[in-house]
Amino acid sequence: MESVIGGVLGAVAVLAGATVFVVNSMARATYSLLVSFLAVAAMLVLLGSTYVGFLTVVMMTVEMAIMGVFMLMYMMNPAGLMPMSMRHNTRGALVLSVGTFLVLSVGVFAVPWPGRQGKPARDVTYDLGTALMGRHMLTMIVIGTALLATMVSGVMLTSARGRYDRYGDELDRRPPTDPVRGGVGR
Amino acid sequence: MLTFGLLPVSDQVSVVGALLLPVLLAGLAVVAAVASTGFAAVAAGRRVTTIELVGPLREGLRLLLVRRRTTLHPDALLWRIGGATVFVSAVLALAVVPIGDRAVVPSAVGIVWFNAVEALLWAALWLTGWGANSATGLVGGYRFLALSLAYELPFMLVLITAGIRGASLDPVVVAQSQTGLWSVVLMPVAFVVYLVSAVAFSFWGPFSQPAAGDAAGGVLAELSGVDRLVVVLGRYGWLAASAAMSVPLFLGGGSGPVLPDLAWQLFKTLVVLLALVAARWRWPLVRAERFAEIAWLVLLPAVLLQALVVAVIVL
Repeated sequence: MESVIGGVLGAVAVLAGATVFVVNSMARATYSLLVSFLAVAAMLVLLGSTYVGFLTVVMMTVEMAIMGVFMLMYMMNPAGLMPMSMRHNTRGALVLSVGTFLVLSVGVFAVPWPGRQGKPARDVTYDLGTALMGRHMLTMIVIGTALLATMVSGVMLTSARGRYDRYGDELDRRPPTDPVRGGVGR
Repeated sequence: MLTFGLLPVSDQVSVVGALLLPVLLAGLAVVAAVASTGFAAVAAGRRVTTIELVGPLREGLRLLLVRRRTTLHPDALLWRIGGATVFVSAVLALAVVPIGDRAVVPSAVGIVWFNAVEALLWAALWLTGWGANSATGLVGGYRFLALSLAYELPFMLVLITAGIRGASLDPVVVAQSQTGLWSVVLMPVAFVVYLVSAVAFSFWGPFSQPAAGDAAGGVLAELSGVDRLVVVLGRYGWLAASAAMSVPLFLGGGSGPVLPDLAWQLFKTLVVLLALVAARWRWPLVRAERFAEIAWLVLLPAVLLQALVVAVIVL
């Protein structure tokens, strides 16, 4: 039963991923990619890793919703309301993607997977974390925070409007000139 | 056999419960709609009449029966998926809320599930706005995304804070951990932010800008007939599901004197639901860009501090 559901979900994931390049609307492309990710999330749940599965739903839905906005914004036609295709460099891309798919599929069957030893873990999320990170857990937590700080500073540095634009050259303009007033009355 | 996170067989999904869930949610949604009509009359200083209170039911029947309008070149597939997801995600949210001492879909990470189906609203509302191929609908969809960027992070931290109390992401365990002291006493800030977020992701009242009149109804502008019914039911349904979830997370679950657990749980759910509905008639509309600053500069630090306080107390 589980392997049948797993197989169906796998097929949905692959086909929805391929649909991205078939449909002619940016909205449909974005959301068929989301369907693909949601199928992968469901597979994680099926494997017993519910926490990671549900988290994938949160991450991917939110990410695709925002990405859709940018996809439409940077399209060649205004507002994304005209049909368009996601295909570029058709032949090369086809060779690469089919090749990658074949290599990975062959890998699934070629790798001598170890048989199960002992009982399934009680807390899959914890065991997955320890298996992935091992002794480097603390290091990775620190690096994660550093990455977040880098992202925030990156956004701040690229922001077109800094404090001198808002508060004036002497930083003494109150209230600041903002194109849109914020909610806390700064 | 599906094991859903290695739970014992006795904790499996109850099929009868799963079939009854949409009915239960629709029932609570109707209660919310009727209450809203009542509050509207009170806010206008009129006497509440019975005819007025059955208005939402009549409107629901009308929407079921009328033929739906369509627009020029809609993306019908995405439009319908978006609208249906608003209601379906609310049902899925209610599925992990413990009714009595177990949820219809018991999960050791039910709180994360609640968050995950709430995130589906981001896609659902934008698709509802996009699908109609109408400028006002799309404006509404974009407004909801702007609103989501404001409420989502504080909301996630609120859920985590509630989980810290019970040292678990299972709503049943979190509810049971509140013997003696309800979480709302321990974490009032988190409770308030939870209610604010619930009103926000239900695009209700002060946060109804995605469906506001200045955009001719926004995401709801082009919806008619059964499509509109599904989205409006889903909106009230989300208010109801969040009210139901607030009981195990903050209000001690079914605990209370004399009456059985289920009665207390229903009573608390209805009180919170009425409070959420009343927000529409109490507070003015907040624009998404203004709320963004409030959320990031006030709510987020406040909830972080709340999480810290709760973590220190619990440890």
